[in-house]
Amino acid sequence: MAASAQVWTEEFVEVAGANLQLVRGGRGDGEPLLILHDELGHHGALRYQEALAQDYRLYIPSHPGFGGTERLEWVMNMRDLAGWYLEAIEDLGLERVNLLGLSLGGWLAAEMAAMSPYLFRKLVLVAPAGIKPPTGEIYDMFLAVAKDFLTAGFHDPENVPEFQQVCPDEPSPELAEAWEVAREEACRLSWRPYMYYPGLPNLLHRLKNLPTQIIWGQDDGIIPASASRLYHESIPGSRVSLLDDCGHHPELEKTDEFLALVRDFLSS
Amino acid sequence: MFIGYFTERPYQDPKSGYFGATGKPILDLDVSNDIYDAQLGADLYNRYLDEKIYAEEMGFDGLMLNEHHSTPFCMGGAMNVEASILARITQRAKIVLLGNIIPIWDDPLWLVEQLSMIDMISRGRLVSGWVRGTGRESVAHNVEPHYNWERFKEAHELIVKAWTTPGPFRWEGKHYQFRHVNPWVKPYQKPHPPIWLPGVVSRDSLMWAAEQRIPYIMLATEMEPTKQAFQLYHDTAAELGYESGSQNIGYLWKVHVDETEELAEQTGRKYVQGPSNPFLAGNEGTTNQALLRLPGLTSRRRVLPTQAVATQARGGSIGPGGVLSRPYEQQIQDYTIISGTPDSVIPKIRHVLETIRPGSIFFWDGDGAMTHDDAMRSLRLMGQEVLPAVREIAKELELPGPFEVDPATGKPYVADPPAPVPAGQAETAG
Repeated sequence: MAASAQVWTEEFVEVAGANLQLVRGGRGDGEPLLILHDELGHHGALRYQEALAQDYRLYIPSHPGFGGTERLEWVMNMRDLAGWYLEAIEDLGLERVNLLGLSLGGWLAAEMAAMSPYLFRKLVLVAPAGIKPPTGEIYDMFLAVAKDFLTAGFHDPENVPEFQQVCPDEPSPELAEAWEVAREEACRLSWRPYMYYPGLPNLLHRLKNLPTQIIWGQDDGIIPASASRLYHESIPGSRVSLLDDCGHHPELEKTDEFLALVRDFLSS
Repeated sequence: MFIGYFTERPYQDPKSGYFGATGKPILDLDVSNDIYDAQLGADLYNRYLDEKIYAEEMGFDGLMLNEHHSTPFCMGGAMNVEASILARITQRAKIVLLGNIIPIWDDPLWLVEQLSMIDMISRGRLVSGWVRGTGRESVAHNVEPHYNWERFKEAHELIVKAWTTPGPFRWEGKHYQFRHVNPWVKPYQKPHPPIWLPGVVSRDSLMWAAEQRIPYIMLATEMEPTKQAFQLYHDTAAELGYESGSQNIGYLWKVHVDETEELAEQTGRKYVQGPSNPFLAGNEGTTNQALLRLPGLTSRRRVLPTQAVATQARGGSIGPGGVLSRPYEQQIQDYTIISGTPDSVIPKIRHVLETIRPGSIFFWDGDGAMTHDDAMRSLRLMGQEVLPAVREIAKELELPGPFEVDPATGKPYVADPPAPVPAGQAETAG
């Protein structure tokens, strides 16, 4: 998985009445894999994406209100956004798509799947928000600056190869602004109750026929790993994998183990 | 000229560890209420009310209150409670609330009732200001910061309608829905108590005040950017086709008067020695940077010239040790603190009035580490010497207040002022 010659294209596409910023890349004849970014937006091409691009056709949109995609003023909560995304997927022609969501994007993926399970082939949830952890509390990202929040998302940030890319010591003005934009939209989606929807565990029961893999870091300092148990119990037949010495970003902190899990799950 | 008196009502506890410019890292929201001393709290609440009574006796036109939450620098977490008491224990002065933080309440109709009752009990002495609140307030009452401005405008419309339109009616808004609006108590003043808007940062808010033709009060900002911001108000008014003037703008700043210059300096320095206060330049302590960046609370782009100053005052730029980013000496030099004997204070106040030309002013005093005695000495000298002189200066400079000239039309009130007031008002409301 050395830095491949992977070519990413970035463009704006008209879907569901909005102009969606979309990064695409990967194997042309591979199955589609839709990746839903976390609460701070798309962090640029990362090693795990390069690796998955070898086998899959990747779609990495910036959600409305994040990155270059305009906010949808009528969207007042995560369920609104999930409903909008279903139409966006249809407009993109992505039927039976594999869906992978991270953190806030994991919550979004869970809501979308619960609304319309037959649109998806398989679901990967990476430390998803969306349900209230049985023990512990979700780290309040709005009472921290972006850098502190990002850093708290790693068990051992110094040994994360891509930490500097995601969270540079001196963020450029563009990156700092992108974080503020992302934080504002995340706030709109998740302020109260913070980062969860009380009805979601019950609604997730509908995923009984959608193969689902849950991945979580044992030392997640953002969303306590206790929530993995509730996710697992709420989705009949789901698989759950907890990674040791790993924080909120298994895709960055334990990239190889993460990739092995995702590949194994998607190809099985 | 309308002259008001203000104290932020700090919780002054020298034992607390955060008292004085200690350089301690005092992040907003991080000070636990575990240290709260009930005896001290009771003493201070009563002290601040006593000082308000004396301020009225000394001739102030307005007794100003404000509100903050979850913080020791302002004890007025339920300002309307203090205002209710003042409504009964004072006789003449306006009760100036700057203001209720309308976006943070899910039930603005409760405010409608509270404020109407204050107006009733005071027989029409309420000035009902609104504010948007800082990040601290949105967090303390857990209200969406990103809807702060939308909720502000909708709550304002709902409150004014509930005050002025016979009920019952329904309200189906974006942020508020009520199936039966028919508050029994209505305001004493008709059509409703004056609404003023204080602020420091948001261009949206200042423009809104100009559109609503209501007074805008700048809070403890430096003079030059304040002047620029007020020019924006006047320009907006001109575009909207009405003539604004001093009656539309107000200015609050720190003024302390004492018996000798030495005592004045000694006491003036206490402004920067109380519990850290993000608004009290020179003693900000360190503030929570995340609170300043609470997503969506105010526009990151549409800010006023006063923003740089305000950001600094709220902890945006912190000097060595985390305190004293604007030393006392500098504030004396730029007139944001005026402290002295009546003879030395009066010409300085004149300079501020000449520069900014406000129709309402508020002396911010008795704050920081100042004691009751400090506050009372100053109030006495203000009443005996400063206020009469300032009224003369205001006349000479032609700076009418919002109860002399209608801020909405620029025309003097000919018959009655907007609210019936008891005898005695005429002598002091100049």
